[in-house]
Amino acid sequence: MSGDKILGVDRLTMRFGGIVAVQDLSFAAERKKITALIGPNGAGKTTVFNCITGFYKPSGGAIRLTHDDGKVIALERLNDFRIAKQAKVARTFQNIRLFPGMTALENLMVAQHNALMRASGFTFLGLIGAPGYRDAEKRAIDLATDWLKRVNLLDRADDAAGNFAYGDQRRLEIARAMCTEPALLCLDEPAAGLNARESAALSELLLSIRNELGTSILLIEHDMSVVMEISDHIVVMDHGVKIAEGSPREIRDDPKVIAAYLGTDEEEAVAVMESGS
Amino acid sequence: MTVLSSNTAKPATDIPALLKTAFVNALIALVLFSLMVGVRTEAGSDGQLTYWTRFGEVASLVAAVFGGSIVLGLLRQWIGPTGAEKLVPPAVRSGMSFVGRYLAPALLIFTVLVPVIFYDQRYILDLAILVLTYVMLGWGLNVVVGLAGLLDLGYVAFYAVGAYSYALLATNFGWSFWVCLPLAGILAAFWGVLLGFPVLRLRGDYLAIVTLAFGEIIRLVIINWQSLTGGPNGVSSIPRPSFFGIPLDNSDNGLAARLGIEYSPTHRIVFLFYLILALALLTNWVTIRLRRLPIGRAWEALREDEVACRALGINTTTTKLTAFATGAMFGGFAGAFFATRQGFISPESFTFQESALVLAIVVLGGMGSQLGVALAALAMIGGFELFRSLETYRMLVFGMAMVLIMIWRPRGLIGHRAPTVYLTKAQAISSDLVKEGHG
Repeated sequence: MSGDKILGVDRLTMRFGGIVAVQDLSFAAERKKITALIGPNGAGKTTVFNCITGFYKPSGGAIRLTHDDGKVIALERLNDFRIAKQAKVARTFQNIRLFPGMTALENLMVAQHNALMRASGFTFLGLIGAPGYRDAEKRAIDLATDWLKRVNLLDRADDAAGNFAYGDQRRLEIARAMCTEPALLCLDEPAAGLNARESAALSELLLSIRNELGTSILLIEHDMSVVMEISDHIVVMDHGVKIAEGSPREIRDDPKVIAAYLGTDEEEAVAVMESGS
Repeated sequence: MTVLSSNTAKPATDIPALLKTAFVNALIALVLFSLMVGVRTEAGSDGQLTYWTRFGEVASLVAAVFGGSIVLGLLRQWIGPTGAEKLVPPAVRSGMSFVGRYLAPALLIFTVLVPVIFYDQRYILDLAILVLTYVMLGWGLNVVVGLAGLLDLGYVAFYAVGAYSYALLATNFGWSFWVCLPLAGILAAFWGVLLGFPVLRLRGDYLAIVTLAFGEIIRLVIINWQSLTGGPNGVSSIPRPSFFGIPLDNSDNGLAARLGIEYSPTHRIVFLFYLILALALLTNWVTIRLRRLPIGRAWEALREDEVACRALGINTTTTKLTAFATGAMFGGFAGAFFATRQGFISPESFTFQESALVLAIVVLGGMGSQLGVALAALAMIGGFELFRSLETYRMLVFGMAMVLIMIWRPRGLIGHRAPTVYLTKAQAISSDLVKEGHG
C-alpha cells in the first residue's frame, strides 16, 4: 500500500483471558482517505477500535499514529482520554453515547472542553469573566453552530439530545466527535439503524468531511452500500484475523470475503458466485 | 384508540383482584404484627421472663391493613394511573410557571428583609440562620451529587474539617475569622481531594459506601485525637466573628459603641444572618458561573456519560477531583461559620445524620437545581420546626410528608434542567432525560 499513512496497526493482538479476540492484525489507514473495517459479527472489529481509541490496552503489537507535522504517537501507550486529547483521535459508539440530558449545542460544547479549559485559564480566568474566555466561548459556539448546520440540526440546537430521533442522534454524535477537531475520526457502525435515505445522507456527510476538511476516517460498518460507496480502502476481518484487504472492487469479488459472510468454505462461495453471475 | 378510551372512561372496579391484594397485604401484616405486637415480653419481678399475648390488637391492625388496602385500591382505580402531571390542570400549571419565574427573586428579597421584619423575634432569626446554613450545605453538596453525579454520603466530613479548622486556628493562634475562613475552605478542599483519589475508581453504591466510611473516619479521628481536638469534649470558647476587626460586643470599642447606638445582643445575630446569607449567595454565584464554564459542563457530561467524556478527551480523574474539592470547600466555609456561630463544637454535631439530611435536601430539591435545593432546605429545616407542636408524632408526620412529595415529584421539587448555553431560546430539559449519575 503506497501513500501517506496516518494510522499503522502492526501485529495487534488482544486477548481476554483465554479468548483471542484479535490476533496479529496489521493494516494501515491512509491520510485523507476513508478506510473501512468490515467483517461478520464477532470478527473483532470493535475490539480493534477499542484498542485504537485506548478503551482497551492491547495484549501485544503496536499502533502508530502519524500527525500532519510528522510527529509519531504510540497509541498503545496512551490512556483513553489522552488519545482523544493529544493524539487527536475521535470516536463514536456502536450504541450511541450522547449526553441525553444536555442540549445539542451543549453536547458540542463539551466536545471542545480542552480548548475551552485552556482559554478559561483552567476555570480561574473564566470565573472572573476575563474577556479572553468570552471570545473563546463565542468561537466555540460558532464552531458548534457550523457543525449543527452541516449535520442539518441547526433548528434543534436548543433541544435535549435525548429527544432526538435515532438518525439525528447518529449525526449529532459525529458532529460532536468532529468538534474535537480530530486528525483521525473513528466511526463504529455509523449507519446502523438508519433508513436508506438517512444512509445516503450519512455517506454524503462522511465524504464532505474527507474532501472539505481532509480528516482521515476509519469506520466499521455493516451496511455494504455505504461501505462500497465511500471507502477508499477496505480491511476485512474474521475470527480476529485479517482475511482480505483492498479497494472496494477487489473486496466485492473476493471469494474469501464472501465465504466469511456466508459462513461457508471457499469452494462453496465460488460456486455460489458463479451460479449467481 | 384503546389508549384514549381507557383514559376517558372509568374502568370497571375489579373486586376479586382488589380483595386478593387486600388479603395478601393482611397476611403480611399478620406475620409481621403477630411477633411485634401480638407477643409482649417483659422481665418479671424476680427477673424471669414473663410474656402475654395481645391478639385483639393484632386483629385490629390486620383489619386496618385489609380495609386500608381496599380503600387505596379503590382510590387508585377512581383517580386512574397517577401520572402526577395529568392531575395538574393547565391553568394551575401556567400559574406555577409564572410563580416559578419570580419565585427566586422574591425569595431573595424576602430573605434579605428577614432581620428587619423579625428583628424582635430571636427564635425566627436563629431558625433562619439554621435554614441558610443548610441551604449553603445543600448548594455545596449539589456540586458533587447534582452536577457531577457522584453520590457522597460523607459530606459532613468536610463540614467538620471546616469547623475544626476554624476552631483550632482561632483558639490556638488567635487568628481572626476572616483569615481562617479561606483557610477552612482550602483545608476542606484538600481533604476532598484526598478522599477523591482513592475512590475515583469506584462508582455508584461502592462510592457511596466509601464516602460514608470517610465521614465516619473523620468523626472518629476527631473523637480520639484528644490532644489536638479535645476529643468528645469538643472545642469551646471559639472566638465570635468580628465586623472586619471591630468586635460585636458590649465593650467600649465594640461596633455599637463606635456607631453611638445602644448595644443589643441581636446585633450579633443579625450580623451572623447576613454573614451566612453572603456565604450562601457566594456558593450559589460560584456554582452558577461554574456551570457555564467548561469545567461545569464537564461535570454534567460526566453525570450523563463517563465513557463518552473520555472519548472526547476529558480527563475524568481531575474533573471528578475538582467536583469533590469544590463541594468540600463550600462545606468547609459552612463549617467555619457553624463554629463561629455556636462558639462550641464537638464531634456530636458531625454525625451521619447530618450527611443524610443534606443529601435529602439535595435529592428533595431536585438534583442540580439551585432554587430547588433552597426550597428543600426551607421545607426540611423550617418544616420540621413547624411540626414541633405535634411532639411525638413529629417524625411520623414529617416522614409521611416526604413520602408524599417524592410520590408527587419523584425527581425532586424542581426536576428539570436549565441548559447552560443556547442559540435562540433556553428551554428547560425534562427530568426524564437527565441522568442521575452512577458514581
